[in-house]
Amino acid sequence: MNRLSRRRFLRHLLTGSAVLLSGCDRLSKSRWFTDMLTSAESLNRTLHHGLAGADSMAREYTEAELSPQFPSNGTRFPGTPEYQPLIMNGFRDWRLEVSGAAVRPTALSLEELRALPARTQITRHDCVEGWSAIAKWKGARLGALLDLVQPTPTARFVVFFCYDSLDPRGDRYYESIDLEDAYHPQTILAYDWNDQRLPVRYGAPLRLRVERQLGYKMAKYIRAIEVVERLDGIGGGRGGYWEDRGYAWYAGI
Amino acid sequence: MAMDAPDVAARGSPPAPGQTVYRYPLPVRISHWLNLLILLTLLGSGLQIFNAHPALYWGSRSDPDRALLSMAARRTTDGSLEGVTTVLGHEFVTTGVLGASKGPSGRVENRGFPAWATIPSSRWLAMGRRWHFFFAWLLVINGLVYVGYSLACRRHRRELFPNRGELRALGRSLRTHLHPGALRSEAARGYNVLQKLSYVIVVFGVLPLVILTGLTMSPWLDSAFPWLLDLFDGRQSARTLHFVGALALVLFTVVHVAMLLLVGPVNHLRAMITGRLRVPQEERS
Repeated sequence: MNRLSRRRFLRHLLTGSAVLLSGCDRLSKSRWFTDMLTSAESLNRTLHHGLAGADSMAREYTEAELSPQFPSNGTRFPGTPEYQPLIMNGFRDWRLEVSGAAVRPTALSLEELRALPARTQITRHDCVEGWSAIAKWKGARLGALLDLVQPTPTARFVVFFCYDSLDPRGDRYYESIDLEDAYHPQTILAYDWNDQRLPVRYGAPLRLRVERQLGYKMAKYIRAIEVVERLDGIGGGRGGYWEDRGYAWYAGI
Repeated sequence: MAMDAPDVAARGSPPAPGQTVYRYPLPVRISHWLNLLILLTLLGSGLQIFNAHPALYWGSRSDPDRALLSMAARRTTDGSLEGVTTVLGHEFVTTGVLGASKGPSGRVENRGFPAWATIPSSRWLAMGRRWHFFFAWLLVINGLVYVGYSLACRRHRRELFPNRGELRALGRSLRTHLHPGALRSEAARGYNVLQKLSYVIVVFGVLPLVILTGLTMSPWLDSAFPWLLDLFDGRQSARTLHFVGALALVLFTVVHVAMLLLVGPVNHLRAMITGRLRVPQEERS
């Protein structure tokens, strides 16, 4: 009797978990449930911002802690037609267009960017997949660039448009951060990696570093920057290439 | 107060066989079942997240050649996929379970943990993260309610923390565990010392560990609390300890269910639903 009920109990337990698991798949595709799950995102963002404050600094490491091999993720070499001629002559013809909700839109060459106030930092790159790697980055402070173009009072976000495409339909990579992150001292437009010119696999000629967020926020192969009031008219409307594919806009977690 | 009810039954003269005792107040029962649901979803979604990079390391970085544990698939000479799990340099073929297993489509694919263990079952990191970060909130809220209730009702002193006498009788309790009959009648009186110790370790050790190591994986929170990185010796160590903590919770649950089967699943399941436990007939074995 006891053994029988034990066996029956175990069987119920197994079928119960099978039902539960297939239920999880169905829930993952239902609108109301995923909306509920997503509600935690703004909670996380609010709490994290409250805990950290605007200028909390990501840890900086020493030369001895550099990763022996820094992974290249996402695009390793943009195959897009506009990118080919740029790389052919060492990005001499490349211009970073900065426009949008700004008083003085501008376009800068790599040389002009190198003349802006810069910052060098050895930081840890955390990928959404789970790995971490440490490298040294040098770049123009995004805050300094924004001081140059002067965002209008209603501006809220900075959007980065890129040359590369990961999508078979050809959607270009793009990303966005808020102004608070944009003015953070460690937020830079990096042109050097480990004391050399930024290699193509890491985003040449220019990539973003936002050290308190995950790797997918740090757009590589930047073509243009736009200061905007809202994100819903751009790309899929969620503020980034991966965001349009279900990832959270706030990637500090 | 209603919460005094279990006290009377527990402290008075031992209840006679066949009688029922009120063992689990409503808040404990609710938090128990919520906890089961929450931990299952956190485990399934956690394994989904792990599968995005099925390897563990120590320190700040994830240098590929210094993995403590890794799962991968490789092609065998006959063209099929073979799952390989490497633990501290030792390779194990784990086809079908770890490294390579049948996906939701029915084809063997490269994946750390198998489809039946992950939420969702297919490879879907973005969705796994949504589940995980939602249910993590519920875990913390449920845990705080449980601990708050236990402290307020002084349940922790009576039910959770073993006293000196109980700790001295640890050896005897170990022997009791070899006799299901004795264990069954003991279970009616309250948690035994081994049970108390394992609950204390889980509630005040393993669960805080998984929560803190989980927070350490957030680069944003690392900037707010840099001491987290020092405490766990880096983000990748925190990720490893998070995994080990989850494994400890799984092992705890296995033993927990085994003990339930041993002392009488029907009586004890009912008790965790209605609160009332029937005192079994004295058995000798």
